Amino acid sequence: MSTMRQIDVRGLSCPQPVLRTTQALRDLPAGALEVHLDAGTARDNVVRLAERAGWQVTEAEAPDGSLRLTLRK
Amino acid sequence: MSTISHLLTSRWGPILTGIAVGILAPLLVTLGNPGNMGVCVACFSRDIAGALGLHRVVTVQYIRPEIIGFVLGALAAALAYREFRPRTGSAPLVRFLLGVCAVIGALVFLGCPWRAYLRLAGGDWNALAGVLGLGAGIGLGVVFLRMGFSLGRNRPAPTALGWVLPALMIGLLGLLLFAPQFGRNPDGTPTGPIFFSTQGPGSQHAPLLISLAVGLLIGFLAQRSRFCTVGAIRDLILLRDAHLFTGIIALVGAAFLTSLALGLFKPGFEGQPIAHTSTLWNFLGMALSGLAFTLAGGCPGRQLFLAGEGDGDAAMFALGGIVGAGVAHTYAAASSPAGPAASGPTLVVVGLIACILIGLTMRDPQRG
Repeated sequence: MSTMRQIDVRGLSCPQPVLRTTQALRDLPAGALEVHLDAGTARDNVVRLAERAGWQVTEAEAPDGSLRLTLRK
Repeated sequence: MSTISHLLTSRWGPILTGIAVGILAPLLVTLGNPGNMGVCVACFSRDIAGALGLHRVVTVQYIRPEIIGFVLGALAAALAYREFRPRTGSAPLVRFLLGVCAVIGALVFLGCPWRAYLRLAGGDWNALAGVLGLGAGIGLGVVFLRMGFSLGRNRPAPTALGWVLPALMIGLLGLLLFAPQFGRNPDGTPTGPIFFSTQGPGSQHAPLLISLAVGLLIGFLAQRSRFCTVGAIRDLILLRDAHLFTGIIALVGAAFLTSLALGLFKPGFEGQPIAHTSTLWNFLGMALSGLAFTLAGGCPGRQLFLAGEGDGDAAMFALGGIVGAGVAHTYAAASSPAGPAASGPTLVVVGLIACILIGLTMRDPQRG
């Protein structure tokens, strides 16, 4: 069973998706975090800031068009 | 097309959008728009409110095609790149009130953040107090965001909902084209329901098709690049992220050089076009505006681009802005070149109290 930490930031206005992601990453210096978010601006911002902080990002589209990003370090 | 989209979603996106706005806005002034007002979402919402009869100040009434273009350009980009996602449910009533407050604050300053930067680039040093106030308002909004402020989550909505604001914009375009054919007495006095200024800033406008084309282009570029004149400062303070801020630097730089080339650059405090010299109310008006925009998640342009993507909550904010413009002019809150108006200071203070209460009380019920 996966113990990967998950956060759901779907439907939140800017900058809350990226703010909650950075807060979650601060509590998790290494390992993996799954971020469930909407496509578009939130995705761009989370990917940009996670990569800048040295996290590797993989992306999977959910059936409803939302995205699940996995951030690893 | 995919190369252009890739470029616009890269770190160059906000810069390219800023350069486009910085060049096109002064060009629109040369072609007829009011001074340092090539593009101003607050002023143009005010003109639209006046054209619709929501206020009766005869000098500021016109249906601005740039606003229509912003929404429809963003709609086209969202459809082309599969980002048209109708959604709503994130405190639309509060967003409406934030739109009212943001535009009242902007009309006390005499410009939205877009125009604040354009005024600065045109040499209007009164805009410095406005930009500082904008920064202060955004800074206060960041404090609330750090405390957990949230208007809650939106959720997917019926496709038709996403088309409501674009449809209203197409309706406005129809009124813009056909209104001159009705609503006047034989002596030329407007009787409504649609009013167009024959003097003052409302009568000054670039040719319709050019204004519309510029609006469509900026709407398209900004939807792709996520350009936001408030998010730029917010992200710099909150996340130490200069991605959007580079767009503002590009906008101011390009507008400065274009104004200089076109002979529009006139440095000073006195006699600036559609501006007053009250440092205090330039600062506080824009502080209210900056706070309201930050709580709503983006600048007035950004709200229109989001509305073009199908965001019904952003559309509520935009409609709140038009109503706020009507309020500002009906209740003597909007400033004039002579200075702040009778109720301007009172409404700014009331607006600040309302926004601070919103910032302190609204939280995401599904936090987790």
